Amino acid sequence: MAIDEKTLDAILNEYPAKVKRNRKKHIIIRDSAVEHQEIEANTRTIPGIMTNRGCAFAGCKGVVLGPLKDMVHIVHGPIGCAYYSWLTRRNKAKSEDPTQNFLHYCVSTDMQESDIVFGGEKKLARMIDEVVEILGPKAITISATCPVGLIGDDIQQVAKEARKKHGVNITAYNCEGYKGVSQSAGHHIANNGLMENIIGEGDMEDPPIRYTINILGEYNIGGDSWEVERVLKEIGYQVQAVMTGNGSYEDLKNAHVAQLNLVQCHRSINYIASMLETKYGTPWLKVNFIGIKATIESLRNMALYFGDEELINKTEEVITRELEEIEPLLEPYRKICAGKTTFCFVGGSRGHHYQGLYGELGISTVLAGYEFAHRDDYEGREVIPNIKPDADSKNIPDLHVSPDESRYRLKIPQERMEELKTKIPLSYYSGMNVTMAEGSIIVDDLNHYETEEFIKILKPDIFSSGIKDKYIPHKMGIPCKQLHNYDYSGPYAGFRGSVNFARDICMSFTTPAWNFMVPPWKDKPLLEGTVAQCNGAACTVNQAR
Amino acid sequence: MRRQVAIYGKGGIGKSTTTQNTVAALAEAGKKIMVVGCDPKADSTRLLLHGLNQRTVLDTLREEGEDIDLEDILRVGFGGTKCVESGGPEPGVGCAGRGIITSINMLESLGAYTDDLDYVFYDVLGDVVCGGFAMPIREGKAKEIYIVASGEMMALYAANNICKGVQKFATNGDVRLGGIICNSRNVDNEYELLKAFAEELGSQLLYFVPRDNMVQRAEINKKTVIDFDPAADQADEYRTLAKNMDDNDMFVIPKPMVQDRLEEILMAHGILD
Repeated sequence: MAIDEKTLDAILNEYPAKVKRNRKKHIIIRDSAVEHQEIEANTRTIPGIMTNRGCAFAGCKGVVLGPLKDMVHIVHGPIGCAYYSWLTRRNKAKSEDPTQNFLHYCVSTDMQESDIVFGGEKKLARMIDEVVEILGPKAITISATCPVGLIGDDIQQVAKEARKKHGVNITAYNCEGYKGVSQSAGHHIANNGLMENIIGEGDMEDPPIRYTINILGEYNIGGDSWEVERVLKEIGYQVQAVMTGNGSYEDLKNAHVAQLNLVQCHRSINYIASMLETKYGTPWLKVNFIGIKATIESLRNMALYFGDEELINKTEEVITRELEEIEPLLEPYRKICAGKTTFCFVGGSRGHHYQGLYGELGISTVLAGYEFAHRDDYEGREVIPNIKPDADSKNIPDLHVSPDESRYRLKIPQERMEELKTKIPLSYYSGMNVTMAEGSIIVDDLNHYETEEFIKILKPDIFSSGIKDKYIPHKMGIPCKQLHNYDYSGPYAGFRGSVNFARDICMSFTTPAWNFMVPPWKDKPLLEGTVAQCNGAACTVNQAR
Repeated sequence: MRRQVAIYGKGGIGKSTTTQNTVAALAEAGKKIMVVGCDPKADSTRLLLHGLNQRTVLDTLREEGEDIDLEDILRVGFGGTKCVESGGPEPGVGCAGRGIITSINMLESLGAYTDDLDYVFYDVLGDVVCGGFAMPIREGKAKEIYIVASGEMMALYAANNICKGVQKFATNGDVRLGGIICNSRNVDNEYELLKAFAEELGSQLLYFVPRDNMVQRAEINKKTVIDFDPAADQADEYRTLAKNMDDNDMFVIPKPMVQDRLEEILMAHGILD
């Protein structure tokens, strides 16, 4: 059953009038007859609503900085923030040099009451000394937690002094959790820091090969990046830096030599993509390596950008070979998936990206949305000039870069760039909305109540989201696939990843788990009683539950 | 029953001086008193102790950890008054408000609040700047509040703001405003102005302390006036203030005024024709 305006209204009517007015702007029913459907996004969640959103610290340390493997990430604050952001995203990493992989360490200043009262700067400085002495990394990040901002520890100054003292790249991020409306603020803060202090610090002037690229917004969850890189390498690309899955300081500081930047997760990294374009003249291409068609299209677009026949042919050759390998494997799964429906509610890009993969397996997406995306991720980048800045977004500083005098180079002639822009998404993202089916629901910042209501009406066969809402559908008897951390599985990206994904969701569909559970009403009587003979007089009935 | 008193007021208005002089008078009258300085500068007990108490609660806590004794932080001053300084971080660092909370909790766990005390005084820094500085009233540590003010506009403005804090906590607890103490700056029509101001708040002008250089002389000698020159006129002023406080039975939830009303009162009383 589809949802029309009336049904939607009935769901929203349960809210107080003011809340209803607010939430209504965050939900649209896809209607291509309307020229432009606007959605509200990246605004504060109403207190009391159970949202899935995280905080600025989660976005900065947890998402963007955390996966960088050869850096030590210090969390300045009481221990909880460090502990709960410690590899929980399943961002995998392997290091060629085992002494330079610090991802498995949880490093925190563990602030105590006296650090709050007297300030934590000295303790932080001591911790940096210890980290340099014991672990000896080439770079260190410091992420601020809420109390640091409240008591005013000057972590930038501590980082600056430590940088001078140790000769190590040490950067600080004022990503206090309360900044902004969600983790999105933290992505921006991390982007600014990496751009300002790390990218371009390396001394490489020229790319090692012509087809040198960076992959932005790929966090190697469950090994996604490795699968993508395998294919890219076979075609003949060299990946200079991945931002930031399995990424490293060593690669990142020379990211300026790339000839093209690929953007996988637009939301979390478009700031760096734009700044790289301004500073070094490197165009960025919106790609999507989730799903077979999307992967193929991304590979073809890349080949078209470089425009060399050899590369184009090689791309087609690899695509053909990969398809031959996976198509037979996918066939049995397609039979299980055919005709099913899903909800796809993920952070800032996967809510969009996974719809294609689902579709290829025969599963249609009836509801999708993002947890923390902005309007451009729904409606396309053309709306960016129309997004009104508010107090929350103004709170996050914009970094303005200018062309690097010695390193700025046009990668392709201006004319060709303009021509390419009409064919491939160069410096452009069209957003989720245009690809959604008629009548499907698009929800921003979906919450607990709406999740339940939409499930009741639309009865999806599978729900894909994260750990916070996973158990709501579970309790309603609907399988759930976490698309934030892949539930201990993966990779799901690229060609082989599609097979893994198909296998995993088919396991959910076909699991006999429910058959092993006998609910009490199936084998225990709800009423127990005896029937007494009545002989005209009042009879007594024994009844017990 | 032990009386728990907190003194608030604009920075530099003379809270510490007035508090210590009043405490000296109360001590002279045989009262058993503890003074808790809630100011990172740690100068709230200087006159009673004839010099700064360098061993603040927070310094001791930082240097010696949780394992400290009451005698490490408590000094006995004029007339047997017990003096404690909460202390705090250097200016521009850390969180002094949180420090006061830590410090008062520490005093409690060390058993500083003995039953034989007649009075506990909290001398609190400046305006009610954040949650930490409101701690003595918020947590019910102080039950009666006195605000030191003068006829200067900013002092009254601060006093009115403090009343907003008191009102907030009074509605949920049993803290009350005991009155306004005027520490005179010799501005025009000061007594009438302060009286009208206090009454507008629904409270009283507890006492009008005239300006006297004697206070300054005693202060330079690190003493209260009663300690420095018991026969001085100003010593009697503080004795009367102490007596008024001791006899006080007017405790109210203040009614802070809006800015416009405050300015009206200033216009009506603050200018000599």
